[in-house]
Amino acid sequence: MTAKILQAKDMAKCIGCYSCMMACARTTRRSLSPTKAALQIRTAGGLQSKLIADICRGCIDAPCAEACRCGALLPREGGGVRFITHKCLGCGDCVEACIIGVLEFDYDNQKPLVCVQCGTCVRFCPHQVLTMEERLV
Amino acid sequence: MTATNIKVLDINLSEEKIEIQHREDLAPLLGGIGLASKLFAEKVNPELDPLAEEQPVVLANGPLSTIFPVVTKVVSVFRSPLTGEWGESYAGMRLALAMRLAGYQAIVIHGKAKRPTYLAIGPHGVQFKNASALWGLTVGETGTILRRILPGSGHRSTIRIGPAGEKCVSFANVNVDTYRHFGRLGMGAVFGAKNLKAVVIYGDKDEPVADIKAYNKVYKDIYQRVVSTDIMEKYHGVGTAINVNALNNLGGLPTKNLQSGKFDSANEISGEAFAEHCLIRKMACSGCPVGCIHIGLRRREFGPGYEYESKSISYDHELIFAMGSYLGISSRDKVLDLIDAVEELGLDAMTAGVALGWVTEAYKNGIVDEVTLGTKVQFDDTKGYIEVLKNIVYPQNSFYTELAKGTAAVAEKYGGKEYALTLAKTEIAGYHTGHANILGQTVGARHSHLDNAGYSVDQKNKDQKDLEKMVESIIEEEKWRNVLNCLCICLFARGIYDHQTVVSALNSIGIETNEEELNTLGEEIFKLKQQMRSKLGYNLGQLEFPKRFYETPSLTGKINEETLNKMLEIYKSRSQESESGSQNG
Repeated sequence: MTAKILQAKDMAKCIGCYSCMMACARTTRRSLSPTKAALQIRTAGGLQSKLIADICRGCIDAPCAEACRCGALLPREGGGVRFITHKCLGCGDCVEACIIGVLEFDYDNQKPLVCVQCGTCVRFCPHQVLTMEERLV
Repeated sequence: MTATNIKVLDINLSEEKIEIQHREDLAPLLGGIGLASKLFAEKVNPELDPLAEEQPVVLANGPLSTIFPVVTKVVSVFRSPLTGEWGESYAGMRLALAMRLAGYQAIVIHGKAKRPTYLAIGPHGVQFKNASALWGLTVGETGTILRRILPGSGHRSTIRIGPAGEKCVSFANVNVDTYRHFGRLGMGAVFGAKNLKAVVIYGDKDEPVADIKAYNKVYKDIYQRVVSTDIMEKYHGVGTAINVNALNNLGGLPTKNLQSGKFDSANEISGEAFAEHCLIRKMACSGCPVGCIHIGLRRREFGPGYEYESKSISYDHELIFAMGSYLGISSRDKVLDLIDAVEELGLDAMTAGVALGWVTEAYKNGIVDEVTLGTKVQFDDTKGYIEVLKNIVYPQNSFYTELAKGTAAVAEKYGGKEYALTLAKTEIAGYHTGHANILGQTVGARHSHLDNAGYSVDQKNKDQKDLEKMVESIIEEEKWRNVLNCLCICLFARGIYDHQTVVSALNSIGIETNEEELNTLGEEIFKLKQQMRSKLGYNLGQLEFPKRFYETPSLTGKINEETLNKMLEIYKSRSQESESGSQNG
């Protein structure tokens, strides 16, 4: 079976509750702050505008992993990366390498906010906007 | 209760100075209304006018804000220019989140800026910015410009006033992130009097979880109850507007300045009709998986040759009542046009609707003529109403100056008090359910149906016989809601957050408490508010009920003057008992 990748195909259905960010932050970072989440839901320009999902797209041969020289980010089979936290030195090269600019750097911890495609956010999406799906090939 | 760090941001507009205060002494109040009431009491000067520059406006959230489902509100406390007494209002959207990310539990704003100003509040300071270019702009335009020039895009909160606030209309609101408001009691005028056009709050503060296991468990339990049971469904489905048909069918929907409790065209403007024909999306406040904010589309032809514009407008039961049935408005488009008008001017919709209702009858009865009004007005005619709304904000004569002070003030001077539907100088909400509703709004701290849910007490006591019990329910409910409001839980989730749930949530983040302590807190705040209200001029002995209440049958039948006065007497003795009881205890 191929690995599943986070998707946000139906953002028009998103109500902007931010439950996904809260879930990600508390689960992966033990933080109460949605700014520590590895995905960011935001408005494009005020609340009359569209809601946008800045999520890791689970690249095959992920450029962030390619840019990592200390072995902390490893390509994951089927797309995306694994993150070996203790190996990360906090250089930020991965953040620079993300081609869609969704990988954020956490300056409090000096580590990138890596999405490891765990699917926790999906379990706290009340409207099934976020899904985990196998990549179509 | 364990002390938590209460960080208060004090902003002095006159001197452009700020101060961070750590108020551990206020931790037993938890936050929200408890914290705001105390901070307000410390700073308010009862001798001075509500719009005097010294008067404070306090914003506060609570320890559970945003980190538990549906805990989304921020409370504001100020001296109301509409009533002269206690001003208390709640708003959602992103403000609670932004305050939390900026690291403040409360913000106190006092003084008066030398020129039009907006504040940019971040985790590392406050900027006092020149708002000259924004002064005079509508709520929408102001938001658009601020979004473009300030940082924090995506998760910040922008609260601002429209022209009504600038001109100190007594029922001007403060708009919160386009779709929510500090609506009632005139906080917008307090901003305007301080030369304060807007406050933008943003931040990125990290907050580690102390006991992740305990927190996760309680969070998940509450989240599941919110999304998987039917407790919250009515708020997400049709939304609060489901009340329009429900109340109308029972004869409790205030219609045409409360000439009736039933509206012929209710079907046209019901929640179901809005959902089927206008609803384009639903939105949520940050941290709420329900999403009760219903956005309707108004598509409007503005010129020949298929010239169309469209606008996304938020609607709710109270708006459909105030800008709909109360003014005999028979179509959804017309309701949306009136909502749009008050939104852009920055007027509270409920207050404005009730004021327009009075104007309609005053005009018909010859109290005010077409020349003074600058237009004709009649039920179901939006053109005249929009003209009047503009004139309230930009008054050209003394009639409008008086109208801008509210329905009670204008009727006091010009007459027609018997159909000026205010309770303790506050315009009524969209329920005509019976005696408990009228009493509840009259005695409630902010004269809101949400203070103590009198409308619900009526529906549980359809025979309206056991007056003691009804008054008791009103008092008990107001005390418990004080607790919920210390935590700034959205009151729509009151069915989720029972005593035990509140205790579990607080315990899971390290605040030790129990049900008894919470009840004592509710009692204490009830008492504190009673004291403050008396100091500011609220007087139970001077209350009057407009005659119209006795003429129009309610959902539970005819309103009886004697019954109402009896209930008021019971309330007086019970609420005093509560005061002396807690003084002795």
